[in-house]
Amino acid sequence: MQIQKQLAHDRRFLLDVEFRVAPGFTVLFGASGAGKTTLLDCIAGLVRPDVGAIKIRERVLFDAAEGLDLAVSKRRAGYVFQNLALFPHMTVEQNIAYGLAHLADVERGQRISAILQAFRIAHLAKRPARQISGGESQRVALARTLVTDPEVLLLDEPLAALDAPTKAKIIDDLHDWNVAHRIPILYVTHSRDEVFALGEHVIVLDAGKIVAQGTPHEVLSAPQIETVAQLAGFENIFNGVVESVHPERGTLTCRISGQGGPVSLETPLVRGGAGSEFRVGIRAGDILLATSAPLGLSARNVLPGRIVSLEQRDVIVIARVNCRVELEVHLTLAARDSLQLEVGREVWLVIKTHSCHLMRSA
Amino acid sequence: MTIDWQAFSLTLELAVIVSITLLIVGLPIAYWIAFSHWRWKFLVEAVVALPIVLPPTVLGFYVLVALGPRTPVGRGWTALTGHPLAFTFAGLVIGSILYSLPFAVQPFAASFAAVDRRLIAASATLGSSPLRTFFRIIAPLSVPGLITGVALSFAHTMGEFGVVLMVGGNIPGVTRTVSIDIYDRVQASDYAGANQTALLLVLLCFAVLAVVYSLNHRPWSVGPAR
Repeated sequence: MQIQKQLAHDRRFLLDVEFRVAPGFTVLFGASGAGKTTLLDCIAGLVRPDVGAIKIRERVLFDAAEGLDLAVSKRRAGYVFQNLALFPHMTVEQNIAYGLAHLADVERGQRISAILQAFRIAHLAKRPARQISGGESQRVALARTLVTDPEVLLLDEPLAALDAPTKAKIIDDLHDWNVAHRIPILYVTHSRDEVFALGEHVIVLDAGKIVAQGTPHEVLSAPQIETVAQLAGFENIFNGVVESVHPERGTLTCRISGQGGPVSLETPLVRGGAGSEFRVGIRAGDILLATSAPLGLSARNVLPGRIVSLEQRDVIVIARVNCRVELEVHLTLAARDSLQLEVGREVWLVIKTHSCHLMRSA
Repeated sequence: MTIDWQAFSLTLELAVIVSITLLIVGLPIAYWIAFSHWRWKFLVEAVVALPIVLPPTVLGFYVLVALGPRTPVGRGWTALTGHPLAFTFAGLVIGSILYSLPFAVQPFAASFAAVDRRLIAASATLGSSPLRTFFRIIAPLSVPGLITGVALSFAHTMGEFGVVLMVGGNIPGVTRTVSIDIYDRVQASDYAGANQTALLLVLLCFAVLAVVYSLNHRPWSVGPAR
């Protein structure tokens, strides 16, 4: 598919994408407002692109040049919305039967009971859709869409509201279903964990453009572009200038400028000579923290500093440490307690060379 | 000094016919108002709402003119049925439909517009035509608005006066409704009769509305939801 869409209510936003997806999971990843839902709406036919074309295999759903715009109901694009959109005035079974009106009674009954079994919701069949729990609603919404045998499946953060174990079970069921059917599945999320759990292929959208694509590992573990890095959870991003290149060691020395003066970091070797500018990203979870000067380490970067703030969020502690530049470090509760960390305490930060990611500025 | 039961049955008959007709005619108009993206839509909305602000005599006057022998509508009707529309029950029905149109269409449109757009989209992606989506999703979820619209147009027709007087005149058993009967009695200084008839009308309307709203557990909604 290849389309452009300008939104009527925001002239500055332009969705401009071109991609092919293979059968199987493709994760659409990006911050809110990146255009993920608009993209799915274009494929489903709920939003009409300004230019371009959308095809499933050889079947043309939309072609601006030909003036072809297939009705939503004829596209065979299964769509599970973020709010699920179960019909509240119907039972679970009626919801699932809704897309099967064209079938004979016998076949419809068979399809319904098969999907109720597959998604483990048979016991809910007669319950009103408005009376079932969040996890159950997700299963019903998936079942209602999948039972119609779509040619492409569009999932808009269908699991966003679920707890991790429920989510994992539903993902397993989806995987099983997909093994049997092998259709393209576009899965929208802004959760990094879901990308790794599902992804065979990931497309990163930012401000309506595709900024990266590949396997989750390629795209999110070693991002080439800063916007991807922010999405992929790099809490620390700095401007850096290459000071010296050490091809024999496979490293660069990079100078990052902080409020308290420059800090030198050893980073992996990338293309670009001394003086070239990069952004340096470091995950807060990749930084070690020591309360005395560490010795005999393989890690090349040891930065002395002081704790500026400590804040607990869920089960992690977020420490901000001033080492002339301010770095965010994530620790466990146990680490905070056994090291007796407190604001103002002198600490050393240890950062492996390969935990420093160099990126082009977006 | 007796109650004119003929006027009562005539008024009831008129109100029932008008509210049922408005349920049928009002649905497509309300659907269009709720979902059209046409840029001049507000003009249509304004026209539909006109009977709320216009004096009934103005509306009645134009209906009378439109139904008369000088227009194609009036001539066509006369050619078809052999008599003119003005001062007949059918003329009364037409006038009343126009007069009560906004009281049906606005609650309908408001409740259609309040249906979650994602439900409508879900229905379409599951292969349903707009017509099926309307009858399976939009209408069932708009039942309170539909009841409100029908109840309001029923009550509004029960109590109308100006349009009836202009279009129907005062022919017993044909166009003489309760409100005109009351007016007549007051003109004839029959205050006791007027009082009895008026009281009965109040009770009847109250009973009908009370039944309808007891079935409809939603606050009174007349205006559009936007």
